[in-house]
Amino acid sequence: MTLYLMCFALLLIGIYGIIVKRDLVKIIIASGIMGYASNLLLILFAYRKGGIYPILEKGKDMTGRVMVDPLPQALVLTSIVIELGITAMLIALAIRIFEKYKTFDITKIRRLKG
Amino acid sequence: MKQQPGLTLIAKTVTRISVWLIVLYGFYIIFHGHLTPGGGFAGGVVIALAFLNVMLAYGHETVTRWLNISFMHDLEPSAGALFLTMGILGIALGGGFLANVVHRGTLFNVFSSGNILVLNIIIGVKVAMGLFVVVWSLAIFRFFEGGDK
Amino acid sequence: MPVETWLIFIVGFMLIGSIAALEMKDLLSAIIAVGIVGLGVSMAFLLLQAPDLAIVQFLFEIFSVVIIVRAFLKKDYHSEGEGQRNRLLGGITVLTLIAVFLLSIRLFKALPPFGKPLMTTARYYLENCASQTHAANIVSSIVLDYRGYDTLGEVTVLFTAILGALTIIRLKSKRKTEGEGQS
Repeated sequence: MTLYLMCFALLLIGIYGIIVKRDLVKIIIASGIMGYASNLLLILFAYRKGGIYPILEKGKDMTGRVMVDPLPQALVLTSIVIELGITAMLIALAIRIFEKYKTFDITKIRRLKG
Repeated sequence: MKQQPGLTLIAKTVTRISVWLIVLYGFYIIFHGHLTPGGGFAGGVVIALAFLNVMLAYGHETVTRWLNISFMHDLEPSAGALFLTMGILGIALGGGFLANVVHRGTLFNVFSSGNILVLNIIIGVKVAMGLFVVVWSLAIFRFFEGGDK
Repeated sequence: MPVETWLIFIVGFMLIGSIAALEMKDLLSAIIAVGIVGLGVSMAFLLLQAPDLAIVQFLFEIFSVVIIVRAFLKKDYHSEGEGQRNRLLGGITVLTLIAVFLLSIRLFKALPPFGKPLMTTARYYLENCASQTHAANIVSSIVLDYRGYDTLGEVTVLFTAILGALTIIRLKSKRKTEGEGQS
């Protein structure tokens, strides 16, 4: 349970960064932290005590050994790559905003209003 | 000596030797995705990192001259279309959408597991090209913006 | 040492790294500090017996740190000023999040303890993968064979994200060059 709570705390830190921080780079970093936390939480749910990785090997004796749950791993595998695309898109947006307003501070962007 | 874009001569030489090994490693990860850890996503990111390595060492003007960027840009959506074609081929040859159409070999062979190898290669190409084109566009954009400062 | 102790150590390290990344004044240090968090996630995946994810997460971390640094390094680098912080909003947010954390402790107590699998649907995959798909890597066979339709949707999302980034980057630079031609 301690691990689940620590992972949840990581997610809350990401939410805190998105709400409070004024800097676009910090906001991108905070959204990345939220992504890490949710991926890690899914894999923590999938772990089985004494389990081994879900890859068959030639000549490996599998009697009496269990494998960890492979389904969340498959879901998280695709999620990580999508996160990479979204990070690239956020960076493109931030650079665009910097080009227009010459600042990364979102309060100043609001004041200018287009 | 004339100032050239990119890093120093040492970094360029090391890059020239090592980039092929990185690309080879990426292809290894893609082609063994159904036997060992890895697969299309990981191998695609490795190949994109190899191109990124060249771009950081030599500067983006050189990369634009060397590589056919518009061809890479076209390769990415066509890889997505190929994925869809594999799915529709499954319908055409009986079975359902994305059903297996390639012969399944024996377990633990490189050319086994039917559709998985083909789809791994398609996804690897797609991820590598997509990520590299995005990074290249970011570099090119800084070039435009630096003009008016 | 059991796996759980190692994981608590790594996740605690990641908590410190994320707080440092958000609170540091210098942005370059902040970007590098978020690298700690990503590599910690990669190590945690390795300990949780997910080597596929460890590889992808490791590469993801390198790639994102490199492109963030490359995108933001040459801009006039600013550190976060003192005056631009809204202390009231920050205080209220911290209090609310701490309250959410404390209230959710009961919720997490209701979960089965760490090490007992929460989802049991995967038994079918584990038992039938080798005979049905002839692939040794079960994760890969789930991604591309059993749940290939999901992967098609994921490829579409990735394509849309990359297309969005390209559109945002390219759209205005063309207009800008046209404007320069007119003036």
